Amino acid sequence: MQELINIFVKAIFVENMIFAYFLGMCSYLAVSKKVDTAVGLGAAVIFVLGITVPVNYLLENYVLKEGALSWLGPQYANVDLSFLSFILFIAVIASMVQLVEMVVEKFAPALYGALGIFLPLIAVNCSILGGSLFMQERNYNTIGEATIFGLGSGVGWFLAIVAIAAIREKIRYSNIPAPLRGLGITFIVTGLMGIAFMAFMGIKL
Amino acid sequence: MAEATETLEKQKKQSEPLFGKKNRRLISDPLNDNNPITVQVLGICSALAITVKMYPALVMSLSVLFVMGAGNVIVSLMRNLIPNRIRIIVQLVVVASLVILVDQVLKAFVYDVSKELSVFVGLIITNCIIMGRFEAFALTNKPWKSFLDGVGNAFGYAWILLAVAFFRELLGSGTVFGLQIIPDSWYLDAGGFYSDNGLMLLPPMALITVGVIIWVQRAKNSKLIEED
Repeated sequence: MQELINIFVKAIFVENMIFAYFLGMCSYLAVSKKVDTAVGLGAAVIFVLGITVPVNYLLENYVLKEGALSWLGPQYANVDLSFLSFILFIAVIASMVQLVEMVVEKFAPALYGALGIFLPLIAVNCSILGGSLFMQERNYNTIGEATIFGLGSGVGWFLAIVAIAAIREKIRYSNIPAPLRGLGITFIVTGLMGIAFMAFMGIKL
Repeated sequence: MAEATETLEKQKKQSEPLFGKKNRRLISDPLNDNNPITVQVLGICSALAITVKMYPALVMSLSVLFVMGAGNVIVSLMRNLIPNRIRIIVQLVVVASLVILVDQVLKAFVYDVSKELSVFVGLIITNCIIMGRFEAFALTNKPWKSFLDGVGNAFGYAWILLAVAFFRELLGSGTVFGLQIIPDSWYLDAGGFYSDNGLMLLPPMALITVGVIIWVQRAKNSKLIEED
């Protein structure tokens, strides 16, 4: 249990998707003008990361890894399909997003109203594929750990985008040099927030 | 009348040479007025994480150049065959196959750099520049133009990447491409006055460097200033 909490907290703060790895910056910069929309996109990211990371974990451990196919029979024990991981991961993500969109539309129309327009955007959000690739690189032991890692990364991303959206709503009233307005100042503010988040670095959990 | 149409046809033929003015604009626009990173805000994800040193940044730029050029041509060739509803998955498969190719080549020939780039080679797949140009350009244009557009945007991406990496490496570790620029005698250890700014090596400084580049670019090019 303690191990799971460690992974969760680490994924949110120490290895924050935005501030430590810059993943999902494109939608982070494009959809952070208002807090409401930022909350919608952030929730959709948590949701999709929480689903795709465990699915890709199963794929990695039962299909792709060297020796992962040994459940088919001893003659498959040496097959190593890991070079296919990019294409399979992205296919899983694209189809999961499509599936999630349809299921949510059918069973939770209210949620669909809130998340609907963001779901297609998410297939090409780097943080989703990044979550799966980090999961592969860090070799988590159980599917529980992988799921918690996915959810934690999503929560970290959510926090980051809501924070920057709130700052951008306020910053509109400040007197910024004209060439820095909009994109420039957003970059610099994100950089300063990143420096603040670096205080979490080196914390051993 | 016949003469008129003939000259018109001639003009039409003349107006589309291989490196005509329009085609040259496809390459030059993304370098400044329509830069993918500082103006279109695409492809930032990977641009920032790998700019601590020049060499990985160069390798990354070349990988993106290859994937964009080849991918734009492939998507453009298939543009009339792709059903509209599944186009995103088709595009992702095209990019993913090209990226696997790049990844295997990097692992085979420059293993150290490949380790350093870690997941970011894979993340070329979801690099928004690539999907963005497929959607905005390759799906509606002929292969040669798409190729030029891809190459132009990749160069626009590359020069920002290299500029950021140049400043971060020079100020952060006193080297460029691994060659020492700041003389040894300047350093405090040797009795000098200089020491490297370790802050530049930290990830957040990439964001601030890009912010400053945007500032300089927009100060020179007032068309780009945002109203908001």
